[in-house]
Amino acid sequence: MSTEAATGGLNEYIAHHLTHNVVSFGTGFHLDTWLVSLVLGLLFVLWFGLKARKATAGVPSKGQAFVEIIVEFIDGQVKDTFHGDRRSVTPLALTIFMWIVFMNTMDLVPLDLPGWLVQTTAGHEVAHHTYWRLVPTADLNTTFGLSASVFFILLGHAIAAKGGFGFGKELLTAPFHAHGAMAFVLAPVNLFMNIIEWLVKPVSLAMRLFGNMYGGELVFMLIAGLLAGWATFVPGIIANTAWAIFHILIILLQAFIFMILTVVYIAGARESH
Amino acid sequence: MNINLTFFGQMISFGILVWFTMKFIWPPLNAAIESRQKTIADGLAAAERARQELKDADSRVADEIRKAREEATQIVDRANQQYNQIVDKAKVDAIAEGARQKAVAQAEIDSLSHQAREVLRQQVAALAVSGAEKILKREIDASRHRDLLDALAKEI
Repeated sequence: MSTEAATGGLNEYIAHHLTHNVVSFGTGFHLDTWLVSLVLGLLFVLWFGLKARKATAGVPSKGQAFVEIIVEFIDGQVKDTFHGDRRSVTPLALTIFMWIVFMNTMDLVPLDLPGWLVQTTAGHEVAHHTYWRLVPTADLNTTFGLSASVFFILLGHAIAAKGGFGFGKELLTAPFHAHGAMAFVLAPVNLFMNIIEWLVKPVSLAMRLFGNMYGGELVFMLIAGLLAGWATFVPGIIANTAWAIFHILIILLQAFIFMILTVVYIAGARESH
Repeated sequence: MNINLTFFGQMISFGILVWFTMKFIWPPLNAAIESRQKTIADGLAAAERARQELKDADSRVADEIRKAREEATQIVDRANQQYNQIVDKAKVDAIAEGARQKAVAQAEIDSLSHQAREVLRQQVAALAVSGAEKILKREIDASRHRDLLDALAKEI
């Protein structure tokens, strides 16, 4: 394999790996993202659901203890940040954390495993035209889907805590307080500031997670390019291992950040200024 | 890199997952955890209570032992006192009894010696009379012995 071919091959390789499996339905639908995330979500729900069904207050099995450790960890984090009724907040945080961890972990699945499976079962020609991205969180649709849902939950919390009128009033009177005529002058400014503040939350949540996972995926692809040549094979293996180990941290950290920021935002939405 | 219908698909998935977690995962797990926490807390409290009770019982036992010891000491003291009293009383009684007996014996001795003296006096008198009779039978010289007989009779 010549150098030129390798470079050209790497371009094509990365482009192939960054193309979604699109179903032409409406504005288009990423079947790979949706299916992988759904399977992972169901896996999480099935795992925790089974343990919850068999949960006993007595001596727990190891599986139950493991699930309980995760649940208690999330609940502890929520308890530290959010002071109120946690019956809906902790399940939300738990779902966000576990689902994102599961989806992020797909980054550690060997990059070419799906392609190889398609190729060995259906042949080279099908594999060439089959696109399958395995990491749902490296798709903006997933991260924005999550953060938009969080955004609406935040709105619900703000309205539940302050009432529709109180929330509307706060949009017009905070952060700049004034009396008399100045209040009317500042109202549009306040509204503008609040809209920015509110929109920044879901956008930053989604972009942070997407950026980390997309970047991580891309680095895996570039490292995979090293494995194509004999001279770079051993460094490639080392780099791949190092990046994978480092990525375990990012997988957990990004899921944790998304989860804890959601809880912080909920606590903030319930607080009156 | 384009936002399309997948966005809504993911929102729906997320909503269903959250609903399921809220409905079927969190309540039983939390109930189990909280119930176990309560059990453990109760157990710890019970252990603490038992420890406290044991301590109380220990101090009560020590108290009882101390009290019993004090009582025993008191009893021994009282017994010693009583013993001393009895010994003293016995001593006094014995002395009094001894004195009484001595007095009785003395009185008897006195009366006996008095009797003996009486008897002796009578015998001496009789002896004197008989001696005098014997002397008188051999030689009675009233004139010669008048003063002697007078002295004798005076002596009696």
